[in-house]
Amino acid sequence: MASRNAAQRRYNYRVLGLSLAYAAALIGAGFVFQASRPEGPLAWLLALLPALPLVGIFIAMGRYLVEERDEYLRAIESRKALIATGFMLIVTTCWGFLQSFDQVPRVDFYWAAILWFGGLGLGGCVTRLAR
Amino acid sequence: MKNRLKVLRAERDWSQGDLAERLDVSRQSVNAIETGRYDPSLPLAFRIARLFELPVEAIFDSDD
Repeated sequence: MASRNAAQRRYNYRVLGLSLAYAAALIGAGFVFQASRPEGPLAWLLALLPALPLVGIFIAMGRYLVEERDEYLRAIESRKALIATGFMLIVTTCWGFLQSFDQVPRVDFYWAAILWFGGLGLGGCVTRLAR
Repeated sequence: MKNRLKVLRAERDWSQGDLAERLDVSRQSVNAIETGRYDPSLPLAFRIARLFELPVEAIFDSDD
């Protein structure tokens, strides 16, 4: 996003805030788990804590697509999100089968989110090349 | 879809930024439409037509 209209600025602020919240939640949850080995509902809550800001980032992306008034920019960002989704689905599907047949190590599910963010970058490159 | 946006803009001595401001869209949108990389929606095509006081078909032409 080179230029900054109001919807893009709101999106950037939201993502920045949520990224900081993610870092704090991840460090905090890791610290509590190391220090006191929580169990039961508290352990669930603490383990979920870092996931919530990431969920927020996905929602922020959706809100941006709703709030963006410029139809061309909306089309570009939708395309990037579709490429990211396709990339994430392809990698996780292939990895899942390789994992089922014990050909690769087991990987945590949250890597799907990391792949999706990587896919956004890939979508940006594809969009630039298509121009 | 082909269009005469660049010619019409040049006739009025407007930059892409000027036209974008008048249409309330980004400069990237104007550039993408002018270079044929993006076909505008019907509402935006009508907004462009109204701005240039021309019928839509005088600005946009189907490739086929």
